[in-house]
Amino acid sequence: MKRFGATLIFFLILIASWELLVRTGRYSPVLLPSPMSVWDYMYQSFKDGSLLSATGVTMRRLLIGYLIGLVFGVPLGFLTARYRIFHDTIGVLALGIQTLPSVCFVPLALMWFGQTEAAMLFVVVMGSLWSIVIATENGVRTMPPIYVRAARTMGSSGWHTWVKVIFPASLPYLVGGMKQGWAFAWRSLMAAEIFVTILTGFGLGQLLQYGRDLHAMDQVIAVMIVIVFIGLLADKIIFSPWENFLRKRWGVGIND
Amino acid sequence: MNIEQALANVAPQRIEVSNVSKSFEGKGGHVHALDNVSLSVGEGEFVCLVGPSGCGKSTLLNLIAGLDKPDSGSIIASGKPVTGSGRDRMVMFQESALFPWLDVMGNVLFGLNLKPGLNRKERLEVAKYYLNLVGLERFQKANVHELSGGMKQRVALARALAPNPSILLMDEPFAALDAMTREQLYGDIQKIWEARKKTIIFVTHNVREAACLGDRVLLFSPNPGRIRNEFGIGLSRPRDINSVDLAGYATEITTALKGFVNENGKEAAE
Repeated sequence: MKRFGATLIFFLILIASWELLVRTGRYSPVLLPSPMSVWDYMYQSFKDGSLLSATGVTMRRLLIGYLIGLVFGVPLGFLTARYRIFHDTIGVLALGIQTLPSVCFVPLALMWFGQTEAAMLFVVVMGSLWSIVIATENGVRTMPPIYVRAARTMGSSGWHTWVKVIFPASLPYLVGGMKQGWAFAWRSLMAAEIFVTILTGFGLGQLLQYGRDLHAMDQVIAVMIVIVFIGLLADKIIFSPWENFLRKRWGVGIND
Repeated sequence: MNIEQALANVAPQRIEVSNVSKSFEGKGGHVHALDNVSLSVGEGEFVCLVGPSGCGKSTLLNLIAGLDKPDSGSIIASGKPVTGSGRDRMVMFQESALFPWLDVMGNVLFGLNLKPGLNRKERLEVAKYYLNLVGLERFQKANVHELSGGMKQRVALARALAPNPSILLMDEPFAALDAMTREQLYGDIQKIWEARKKTIIFVTHNVREAACLGDRVLLFSPNPGRIRNEFGIGLSRPRDINSVDLAGYATEITTALKGFVNENGKEAAE
């Protein structure tokens, strides 16, 4: 509670300084809107539904893209960790593509898919898939090999070992990879939305870029704040319960 | 199979190791872990393998467990050549190797779930019996990280016993424990061995521990790994690790151990 208080006071001071800076009148309100006007925009756009619908469009793209990334990335990561042939092929490919900033896929996506949802998904999947592969591979490799040996002595082999031993044993090491994949998916989607107008849906990135086009800095800042909150919320909703479970089962300090 | 059959003592089995050699490519080059080692362990016998680190005693245990394959030679356990791991031979490792994603009960059930012939209720019953045997029935639902080192090894013992193997292979199971906990476990393991009638091979580098537990103690020497001496321990059971007679055996073994360690040192110096 005390720590929450400190956080609250810090942000109140931050907003107050912002307001003060605006009141000095040295900066044009076009460049530096007041906290109140940002709040007003947020409130208005929330009421007229434009903010919610943009959030909805963005979240749908993000979740679908991220899920595709997970569905392919996690199994590929397991394969590259356990079989040399996958490590030397898919693993090398993943390592290479991972170094490419995902926004570099935007031109390709537009050429291949046009201004469609598919182009957005392609960028998100390319942004998250490879980092999920690499992080999963690292996670599985960190798993102590004694578990598999112990399981073998008890008669576990093949599929049973994968499902009952290798997968659960690598869970604590996978969280990091999934978080990273999520962060990459989120970043690449924002980049893609800012660069490309998609006729089938108007996302948060597009709302942000639209704000710039209209010289509406209150809108730009408001959308940025919303984007931050979605990131924080995802962490709380998706990853925190999982980490708490792991901490309880595995004991403290596994990810610290 | 019913619950009585599942819990009944199985006949302990022999282990025959004949002319087994094994080498590795390690970090420091070629390691000749075992050189033409032969050994025979009788039904229900408790044999301890002692030696300095790198003498191949754990390697031999892994070969008998079927976790590795020998370069040459043969191993027969329970009347069959060892070609892989099997439920007749259970292993207890130095690190407990318990699965942290399962609770205590889940760990003991792991091997049982892979054993055909029992339904869920019977498996639970069997697991409870062994948890009771190691004195941990109250900790069924505990997470592994909540247990002390000694308790973890008790769970590991229960897990190894649960599928009712005829042979138990123990790889320095008490090495990481404090002296008090170890002493308690020496008593427990002797009691359980007598109650459950297993053939046990116990690897350790602790000479007293070996003299306390083993019917026979085999002394290994390294580079290449060979069996150098054999000591029969003619003491009645249960044995106390602190008894004077036991200290006599331990001294005898230690002297032999120092003998070839020095001899090795000389070779290295020359």
